[in-house]
Amino acid sequence: MSERLQPHAAALSRRSFLVTLGGAGIAVAFGGLASVARAAAEVATAGGLAPNAWVTIEADGTVNLISPAVEMGQGVKTALPLLIAEDMDADWEKVRIIQAPSDAETYGNPGFYGIQLTGGSETVRGYYSLLRLAGAQTRKVLLAGAAAQLGLPVSELATEPGRVVHAGSGRSLSYGQIAATGLLPDPLPQASEADLKPAAQWRYIGRHDVDRVDVPSKVDGSARFGIDVDLPGMLHGAVLRPPVPGERPERIDDEAARAVKGIVGIVPLPYGVGILGESTDAVRRAKDALVVTWSTASRVRRYESAALADAYRDVGRDLSRTGVPARAEGNAPAAIAGAARVIVADYLTDHVHHATMEPMNATARVSGDTVEVWAPTQGPTATQRFAAAAAGTTPDKVTVHATLLGGGFGRRAEEDFITDAVRLAKEVEGRPVKVVWSREDDVRHGKYRPLAAQHVEVGLDGSGNIVGWRHRVVADSIFARTLPQLFQSEGGLDTVVTDGTLFNYRVPAHLVEFIRQDSGRDVGFWRGVGYGQNNFGVECTLDEIAAARGDDPVALRLELLSGQPRAQKVIEAVAALADWRRPREGRALGLAYTDAFGAHCAEVVEVSLDRESGEIRLHEVWCVVDPGVAVQPRNIEAQITGAIVFGASHALYEQINIVAGEVQEGNFDTYRILRMSEMPRIHVTVTPTPENKPAGIGEVGLPPIGPAIANAVARLTGGVRLRHYPFLPERVKAALAG
Amino acid sequence: MTAFTINGRTVDVAAEPDTPLLWIIRDQLKLTGTKFGCGIAVCGACTVHVDGEPTRSCQTHLQDVAGRQVTTIEGLAPDAGHPLQKAWIAEQAPQCGYCQSGQIMQAAGLLARNPHPSRDEIVAHMDGNLCRCGTYDRILRAIERAAQEG
Repeated sequence: MSERLQPHAAALSRRSFLVTLGGAGIAVAFGGLASVARAAAEVATAGGLAPNAWVTIEADGTVNLISPAVEMGQGVKTALPLLIAEDMDADWEKVRIIQAPSDAETYGNPGFYGIQLTGGSETVRGYYSLLRLAGAQTRKVLLAGAAAQLGLPVSELATEPGRVVHAGSGRSLSYGQIAATGLLPDPLPQASEADLKPAAQWRYIGRHDVDRVDVPSKVDGSARFGIDVDLPGMLHGAVLRPPVPGERPERIDDEAARAVKGIVGIVPLPYGVGILGESTDAVRRAKDALVVTWSTASRVRRYESAALADAYRDVGRDLSRTGVPARAEGNAPAAIAGAARVIVADYLTDHVHHATMEPMNATARVSGDTVEVWAPTQGPTATQRFAAAAAGTTPDKVTVHATLLGGGFGRRAEEDFITDAVRLAKEVEGRPVKVVWSREDDVRHGKYRPLAAQHVEVGLDGSGNIVGWRHRVVADSIFARTLPQLFQSEGGLDTVVTDGTLFNYRVPAHLVEFIRQDSGRDVGFWRGVGYGQNNFGVECTLDEIAAARGDDPVALRLELLSGQPRAQKVIEAVAALADWRRPREGRALGLAYTDAFGAHCAEVVEVSLDRESGEIRLHEVWCVVDPGVAVQPRNIEAQITGAIVFGASHALYEQINIVAGEVQEGNFDTYRILRMSEMPRIHVTVTPTPENKPAGIGEVGLPPIGPAIANAVARLTGGVRLRHYPFLPERVKAALAG
Repeated sequence: MTAFTINGRTVDVAAEPDTPLLWIIRDQLKLTGTKFGCGIAVCGACTVHVDGEPTRSCQTHLQDVAGRQVTTIEGLAPDAGHPLQKAWIAEQAPQCGYCQSGQIMQAAGLLARNPHPSRDEIVAHMDGNLCRCGTYDRILRAIERAAQEG
């Protein structure tokens, strides 16, 4: 025993310990926020241990683990603490999970700009090593403590779930018994990758029978979402928004609204009119009773989505309109100019809405220069900034309590619903205000996926080999609004809008251009973001090349992915599962693949078509996904299935139409999402490769489903190509008519 | 004042008679398991039972339930022990979970009338309950499991 033990409080004063990640030391902080220090101090007083900012162990053996990301259905509230539990050898039955406070310094995602933002399929990927190391460091602290108590060298001790054991004597101590001393070794042990358990010794990672911790609360009504926040003295709020974004209230007739029983105040805002009242019902009635004359100056009034789709397609086709290159390998234009044959196609994707089942909402309390926010937000760090701006204070004065999210899909990284709550709360200092959007506002004031046109040109030589690939993406930018500094530093390239164009297929010359448009309407991150639109262009083009060569789509992809066994394996496996070569009477199969988010995912669909009505019927979907390490394989299957449903829904049905700046859809009666009777049979096979780091799995199932459907329809119809999401019956009929 | 029974207890509520039952349940009675999704009875997130029948509480007025029995997800079964709730956990059906109270209440109405529904009967009965996470497969399996084990 080389380490001295110190009373807990003394060790706590140290700000951090080091973990070694790939040769570089990362300081793992104890936690700057008072809440964490207080929790740790309480544990210490009660007899317990806080080896780092992620773990507290109580004398009764309870292990409290911090979950730093937000739970929106993707399972991270289970998957992240599970990583700590794995390497500290915790008894999972004794684990209690605590949602992290807003404290990016301590709990930010090291793989995602160091902030607390749950999105981009970056959560498990970004936190994976850090959390496993925090677990390993905890285990070393416990071993040192046990060694001191037992008077035995650490080298003779081992751990089992929740215990340190000495094989020689049969003596053991529970983690609770060790924690009860409240003593930490000094110096604190550090952890490096050498301390991590090899895959063969994993107890929790990769198991099918570790349930999600949030599920029981979601079947008995006890789960608390943002909309369920209820605080003493809380008022309810609503905001009447203009029919066209960018307009301001010019004249407000609020006489009838103020007369509604329970109304506390009407609050003119730069972008709408706020209502404060004693109940949801009161503020809704008052909102309906408001008569507002809006300004008519917004440039969005000129926004016509149907015309824009045509205009963007024309920009894509006009090769004199140059853009910012996302990739320029070789000289693709020259190669295409000299090609024996050129395949040219345009792909259009309409605006789509997130339609989270929980409408936008947030609760805030402003007291002097401090703000508290309770919100279903994907971005606690950004929410500090948004709330500070709305309240006129600084982000460090804002505390964010992240609730469960009733769906996120990118929408809940935005600022608007936070601002509503903070602005109204500022009117009634000291009182919390909860603002819940109507579904109509949620749909009409969405941050839709960009309306995009893709122009693809591929040159083939006389033998059908690809000589050059040019891919032009024409769309408004997400990053220009949400991450302007990043957008500038990339020279005006929006990498999230072009995601999916930089594929792993081997082509000798590859040019990808982003031709930014700015039509004045905000666009946002929608599940899969760029991959969701661009995989459509890539995977349909591949099938066109295969058809032009008289090749099989599977064989063509395997050829272009030579030397990439993970990619090839998922394609071969899904083809086998779907019995790819067996013809189906009146039906056809289609294939698509993506390497999005570090995963490899291949999907085959079986479709039929009603040529009279133009309706596509999606019967069956097979999917094989290689996620690297599969932390929670049963949840991966659920995520992939859900993303297939989401993707099929948007490829077949979903569409936001904007006429003179006004969104035409308003609720689920007009914004159609896939329902149970429209479900295909879905077969997902997860093929982990534990030697690879975990990939993102919340979105990767989405991109291939649309092109797989289009490819199946082409095979069913002798080459009729669908090139415009969604595949509405009238569009299908038009394509059939040529 | 309007009196009705909710989860076995009688309540007397002061509100406009045309207030949606949903907001009475959530704001006044603090039973937040019942969710607001659309407000126009097209998504099913707000489904409760009125005299045992699955009912969209967003389009049911307070005056409509005077003297009647309302059941929410919190009152479906003691200790969340309804066969559907157990099956929902066994199948790990929820993702975000927001629609699931409504899904379970809708399914409970089916099993009460038809303890062994066919797959087609389940789909027909559940088709008005939307799930954005796409958990329909597991919901279907959970209902079949509950019908078998219940």
